[in-house]
Amino acid sequence: MAHPLHTADVLGGGSTDIGMPLRHGLDLIPRAQPDQAPATKKDFTSDQEVRWCPGCGDYIILNTVQSFLPELGLRKENIVFISGIGCSSRFPYYLDTFGMHSIHGRAPAIATGLATSRPDLSVWVITGDGDALSIGGNHLIHALRRNVNLTILLFNNRIYGLTKGQYSPTSEPGKITKSTPVGSVDMPFNPVSLALGAEATFVARSLDNDRAHLSEILRAAAAHRGTALVEIYQNCPIFNDGAFDAIKDRDQQEARLVHLTHGEPVRVGAEGSRQVLVRSTDGRLRFVAETERTESDGQIVVHDRHDPDPSQQFAISRIDDSRMTHVPMGIFRQVERPTYDDLVRGQLDAAVAAAGAPATDADLAALIAGKDTWTVA
Amino acid sequence: MVIRFAGDSGDGMQLTGDRFTAESAGLGNDLATLPNFPAEIRAPQGTLPGVSSFQLHFADHDVLTPGDAPDVLVAMNPAALKANLADVPRGASIIVDTDEFSKRNLAKVGYAASPLDDGSLDSWAVHQVPLTSLTIEALADFATLTRKDKERAKNMFALGLLSWMYSRPTTSTRAFLTSKFGAKPDILGANLAALDAGWNYGETTESFASAFEVGPAPMAAGTYRNVTGNTALAYGLVAGAHRARLRLVLGSYPITPASDILHTLSGLKRFGIMTMQAEDEIAGVGIALGASFGGALGVTSTSGPGLALKAETIGLAVSLELPLIIVDVQRGGPSTGLPTKTEQADLLQAMYGRNGEAPLPVVAPRSPADCFDSALEAVRIATTYRTPVVLLSDGYLANGSEPWRLPEIATLPDLSVEFAHERNGTDAKGAPVFHPYLRDPETLARPWAIPGTPGLEHRIGGIEKADITGAINYEPDNHERMTQLRQRKVDGIAATIPPLAADDPTGDADLLVLGWGSTYGPISAAARELRTQGRKVATAHLGHLNPLPPETGEVLRRYRRILIPEMNGGQLALLIRAAYLVDARSYARVRGLPFTTAELVEAMTAALDADPQEGR
Ligand SMILES: Cc1ncc(C[n+]2csc(CCOP(=O)(O)OP(=O)(O)O)c2C)c(N)n1
Ligand code: SF4
Ligand SMILES: [Mg+2]
Repeated sequence: MAHPLHTADVLGGGSTDIGMPLRHGLDLIPRAQPDQAPATKKDFTSDQEVRWCPGCGDYIILNTVQSFLPELGLRKENIVFISGIGCSSRFPYYLDTFGMHSIHGRAPAIATGLATSRPDLSVWVITGDGDALSIGGNHLIHALRRNVNLTILLFNNRIYGLTKGQYSPTSEPGKITKSTPVGSVDMPFNPVSLALGAEATFVARSLDNDRAHLSEILRAAAAHRGTALVEIYQNCPIFNDGAFDAIKDRDQQEARLVHLTHGEPVRVGAEGSRQVLVRSTDGRLRFVAETERTESDGQIVVHDRHDPDPSQQFAISRIDDSRMTHVPMGIFRQVERPTYDDLVRGQLDAAVAAAGAPATDADLAALIAGKDTWTVA
Repeated sequence: MVIRFAGDSGDGMQLTGDRFTAESAGLGNDLATLPNFPAEIRAPQGTLPGVSSFQLHFADHDVLTPGDAPDVLVAMNPAALKANLADVPRGASIIVDTDEFSKRNLAKVGYAASPLDDGSLDSWAVHQVPLTSLTIEALADFATLTRKDKERAKNMFALGLLSWMYSRPTTSTRAFLTSKFGAKPDILGANLAALDAGWNYGETTESFASAFEVGPAPMAAGTYRNVTGNTALAYGLVAGAHRARLRLVLGSYPITPASDILHTLSGLKRFGIMTMQAEDEIAGVGIALGASFGGALGVTSTSGPGLALKAETIGLAVSLELPLIIVDVQRGGPSTGLPTKTEQADLLQAMYGRNGEAPLPVVAPRSPADCFDSALEAVRIATTYRTPVVLLSDGYLANGSEPWRLPEIATLPDLSVEFAHERNGTDAKGAPVFHPYLRDPETLARPWAIPGTPGLEHRIGGIEKADITGAINYEPDNHERMTQLRQRKVDGIAATIPPLAADDPTGDADLLVLGWGSTYGPISAAARELRTQGRKVATAHLGHLNPLPPETGEVLRRYRRILIPEMNGGQLALLIRAAYLVDARSYARVRGLPFTTAELVEAMTAALDADPQEGR
């Protein structure tokens, strides 16, 4: 075994100090030397021809991610993108990192196995609204509750793109598609609410065409130790064009987009017509005109993304509706909780440390012999 | 000598059987065991569905099966008697706990009159022992214990009595009880006292003529232990990973009868074994595959229903060509079927239960101890050929046990693996590139290039890929070439497995009996029996189901008649007939129990006596 990249070497040397919690999402991942760091978007662009439809929101997201990745300061070989199935799940092919285009809905499970056994990798999951919330709903909520150190980018175009336009679990009620000729009768999921309900430790929302915002969210998600879920509203010009026009339109945007800022009141609207979120005495949240607000309207809601109790973050996620009257954007929740993978490795390292050294042939011989043996001469 | 302990599922029969087995193993007897318990954790007390039993066959010679029929039945209540009597040959001994033969308990199982009084048991040697009251009496001094607590020790009384009858030392049971109940001195004391009381009862009463001696069986020199199939299989995986110098990562979802593999491996963190209990079977295999992608030995363990759920991910592993081990401890099916009983009906699911042409190797152990070697073999194939491998055990092997000669770790095969670390090709401009699907010319395995290796960044997926470069490719000829390559890779494994050999002592038998997996013991025992009757019969056994060993066709064609006994509807027979165009006949049974020697003797005799032209 001459090769330095033997698993034993990769995993050796106490990956987790269980006394001192790890804080940053990239802790334990070797950093690139300044001179060998991939510096530009081009370094992360693979030789594969990108094959989404013209105008697809996926292009802008790809661009943003490729431009953002150099910022991590990691070597390319320590980054892995794992996707499911869908238009969005073609994403890994276009990035010059390690990648796996897996099967429909199962990427969070595969990524859990990889991230837990390889603390030296930055693991990303790419998924769609159908992939993550229909077929893969179970794996998604379990990854979130476990808090595996992964970043999940959920491309939500509110439609099944790859299978040519059936409604998805995020399509609005009444949606007419090929499989719902007289309108969908399904109640949709709000992915952010779902993630908060699963007690995810990092939940955020962004928009495909807002590159600056998305980059900022990616930065925070990568820094977060634990499962970070980032919902990205993504336009599918072929099967669900304009799904997010109401919040992309410059004239309406300001009145609709609620930018969440930690420690600040939750506000929407332009100077002059600004509204602020209050909690009425019945406990409900509603917007009132900032200038006309009185004590009796209730308390102003100040966003606290670090609040361990997800109730208020959840309530904020619910101010959204199918007409997108008010759409919260940004980081809903960001709390520290030990990660599954650190804990799993911690138990393992502790057991090896207690035994003094990794198991030898003699240890294995003692194990298989058990307590009751006899000898035949 | 075959003993069956039978009682209510709350009576501790499995524990009693286990202890008697350990005592017998310690004496150097050869042995085989068959636990048989209900699927319900606590079926209603005293009823037929609640009966749990443990059969042990021990001898001073080579033992091949847990035995067809008990020489001694220990029946702890009327339900246990009723459920097991049909298996006990006339003349054999039956020990009953008379205290449990109350009107109420008799009525629960439909006895109008007590069989102990109505003469219906006259053809058996019945020993009526008031086990419960004798136990309570023996524990009179344990003031802190309730009557219920004391009653619970009656299985130890029974064990003490049987230990005396067969001259088994109780030292190992004492040590076991001490470590189990050390923290509860009262309970420990009561169990030890009940054990002694049972032993003394045998020694002092007249009803048991004398103690039997069953001496050690001649066995190859070495150190032995008794082992169940699930334990041996888990240890085989650990040893395989150790010899491959890979981290073992298990992703698993609990299911009978495979859960003990998850339990065992979960306790081996000290050996660097990483286990994750997943949210379902699909996630279990996903976790394992993700770990394999990262350079670990990914393993997932399940039973038939779980294998069905894993199918799509296993297909992905076939396409990704990464090592992966899928353990299927088969149970009765379809659907939930018979969760605690054995069957071999997942063979075709293992072989073909995936979409598309998705060949993979299948290995099946033949006995509980052989689960260790089969697991090592699965590791060898998976890592050498970069392929998922199905390891097909079954409920009988999983819970049954036998003596196992412990291997020397250093003499186990060296399975060390080398990851790819260099670019292996050049692009059109002559610049070095990495080709993830450039194969080893001999094994056809592709490079195992793990994340973290500079310069080897690549993307793989379930979409068909171009030969060599691994880029997405939908061309007709390429798909056909890749399909053939995947098949040839699996077929090529045959060159590394021992050729099939028939056991044909006279060399001129007419009939070949072909088995696979856990039918090895019963088939061998039946053949031995027939040979003592002067009949000629050959046997052969398959431990590799895919690919089949070299010379399988030659061996089959040497015999005029072929009989394939299987615990399914005839699945191996189907494969053999298709592959070799031979007239293999099936002896197929699905009773949830292993074959008895007697029924196989009968089936083989019928095959020997049949007109070979019949049925053509
Ligand atoms: C097991 C399985 N079922 C169904 C499909 C077909 N299928 C592929 S992608 C997809 C839906 C994708 O929708 P989404 O996740 O929203 O991705 P998008 O294409 O919109 O990016 C479906 C139903 C499949 N590939 N595998
Ligand atoms: S179908 Fe829609 S989501 Fe898919 S590539 Fe085309 S535009 Fe994008
Ligand atoms: Mg979609």
